[in-house]
Amino acid sequence: MSADVQLENVSVRFGDFTAVRDASLTIQGGEFFSFLGPSGCGKTTLLRTISGFQELSEGRVLIGGRDMAGIEANRRPTALIFQNLALFPLMSVWENISFALEVRGESKQQRLKRADELLELVALPGQGNKRVDELSGGQKQRVAVARALCAEPEVLLLDEPLSALDLKLRQHMRTELRAIQQRAGITFIYITHDQGEALTMSDRVAVMRQGMIDQVSDSTTVYDHPETAFVASFVGGNNAFPGRLTAANGTEATIDTPDGTFSARTSSHSALAVGDESIVFVRPESVFFAQESEQGNLVEVTLVSQEFEGHFWHLVLETQGGRAVRMSVMNDGAPARYQPGEKLTIGFSTTNAIVLPKGELAAE
Amino acid sequence: MISWLKQFSSRNGVGLSVYLLGTVTLWILVMIILPQLLMLDFSFRHNWHHMDPAKMGGPEDVYTLVNYHFLLYGSPNNPDPFNVVDVTVFFRTIIAAVFVTIFDLAICYPIAYYLAQVAKGARARFMVLALIVPFWVNEILRAFAFRILFGEEGTLNAILLALGILNEPIDFIREDVALYAGLGYAYILLMIFPLYNAIESLDKNQIEAARDLGSSWVRIHHRVVIPFAKPGITSGCTMVFMLTAGALALPQIIGGPSSLWFTQIIYQWFNTGSNWPRGSAYAIVLLVVCIAFVFLVMRIFKVRIGEIGR
Repeated sequence: MSADVQLENVSVRFGDFTAVRDASLTIQGGEFFSFLGPSGCGKTTLLRTISGFQELSEGRVLIGGRDMAGIEANRRPTALIFQNLALFPLMSVWENISFALEVRGESKQQRLKRADELLELVALPGQGNKRVDELSGGQKQRVAVARALCAEPEVLLLDEPLSALDLKLRQHMRTELRAIQQRAGITFIYITHDQGEALTMSDRVAVMRQGMIDQVSDSTTVYDHPETAFVASFVGGNNAFPGRLTAANGTEATIDTPDGTFSARTSSHSALAVGDESIVFVRPESVFFAQESEQGNLVEVTLVSQEFEGHFWHLVLETQGGRAVRMSVMNDGAPARYQPGEKLTIGFSTTNAIVLPKGELAAE
Repeated sequence: MISWLKQFSSRNGVGLSVYLLGTVTLWILVMIILPQLLMLDFSFRHNWHHMDPAKMGGPEDVYTLVNYHFLLYGSPNNPDPFNVVDVTVFFRTIIAAVFVTIFDLAICYPIAYYLAQVAKGARARFMVLALIVPFWVNEILRAFAFRILFGEEGTLNAILLALGILNEPIDFIREDVALYAGLGYAYILLMIFPLYNAIESLDKNQIEAARDLGSSWVRIHHRVVIPFAKPGITSGCTMVFMLTAGALALPQIIGGPSSLWFTQIIYQWFNTGSNWPRGSAYAIVLLVVCIAFVFLVMRIFKVRIGEIGR
């Protein structure tokens, strides 16, 4: 059973501080939905509001069409996986997993049987009698998922559960979580500040900033068609060239910036008029080396430093106006071709650049 | 041992090491082991120094079980099969101490839980202060104040009579209500703080996780909080039980006239009875039985001694 989750004008305030501001959206039943945002953007508060641990100041939360007002956390059809997992250290693995059944007064036999099934589901067969502290980080992760699934929730809420794992395991668990979600067939709501996690696992992503939802789209749309300057700068690396719009023709615009005049495509979600302050965004991987003689968006730069990351070289460049520009070049096996201090010309195509209204940028 | 000492002094510096080892050794030897050994030695001796000091150290001054025998069977002309008064008082003291401990645990657990998991910032600090400050009032003043409160003409009776709850006053002191209330109150902090320490270190998410999985509050305490707080519960209960069983001033002042506390009997042997060996024997029995009882209870509740220090 999976249920949809509707947020209707949800606001949560702590004294004078507004943690969530007028959030409205509908999460489909069976969807893998992520809230992505920097720490302090209100995403955890929103999750706690859905799970019933946080009272909302305004608005409504509906799960499966039912208004959750006045329904306490232990009566909601949700299960929450905590950031630190919060497994019960004094109970064995199987007792942890079947705790929800213990609450319902099921027999020990029933609980053991269900725990075994769930251990099978999360690929930990036969580990039921272990103590929690005998498990590795990834195994604890799976036990936490199994424990939550045992409650047969219609919506599973996950609060950055992978953040404590190392990179390889994290990547593996992404695939695993996605697979478990498809097998269990229930709605997953996932909270993360890690755009990689959000983009790889989710059907749709909501990008949050200071308690507000900036954009709700599928992963590729969030990455390729950001609707606000914040989304463009927060999701993935991006170079920002602030300037003023001088011409627009509906799909493309020309912007005057201190680093040159650029043409970029416009977003259908943000109306820009000539004279508006705006920002041109170009992804590091869309920047290429160019000849001075070429036409299009060209910038004269000096190489400041370069980092080797395996599959990419990351170059930090500086424009004549002193703006830092990042550029990623696929590693083709050739040694580094440029020296710091070298003068270069770079370019980017109009289709790979997007112009958005001036707005708050994500912190570096 | 030598290498351990070297390591210890290189880690803490010579001055601090000598101070630490010196004071701890002194403390354990002079303040704890030596006096108790003297008492133990005393308990196996005849009371010569009172009866006939000249025989002290003489050939008749040998070890004897006479003092322990007296606690169990009384004087040779005692018609009963055992020393009814002393043995009854002994067990009543132990049982009463158990009840005071349970009573304190029942009162303190919710307070400690509230302080540790619910209250925040200024409110929690105020509550802790409100718990501590009353203990600035010294024990004797508190005890006599309890007499006034619980006496037949006391404040409590006056209030209950005025409210029409009682038709005639109850002598709370004779009924030992005052004593149990006084003992319960006297050691309340020794129960609250170990509990607080234990519960405070429990991750709030554990409570929320149990809640989220559908658990009632009763079950959360039963399955998550109490198992986690067990070491704190044990150390709180141990301290309250030991101190209650060994209390003297409160039973003297607010105990009912007809009911003795075992410590009062011990005190009588030392003081008015001038029989230190017998007093020592009684005190040693109280100590050993209390320790044995604590270990028995810990065994029943599957707590290891090492956990208390956690």
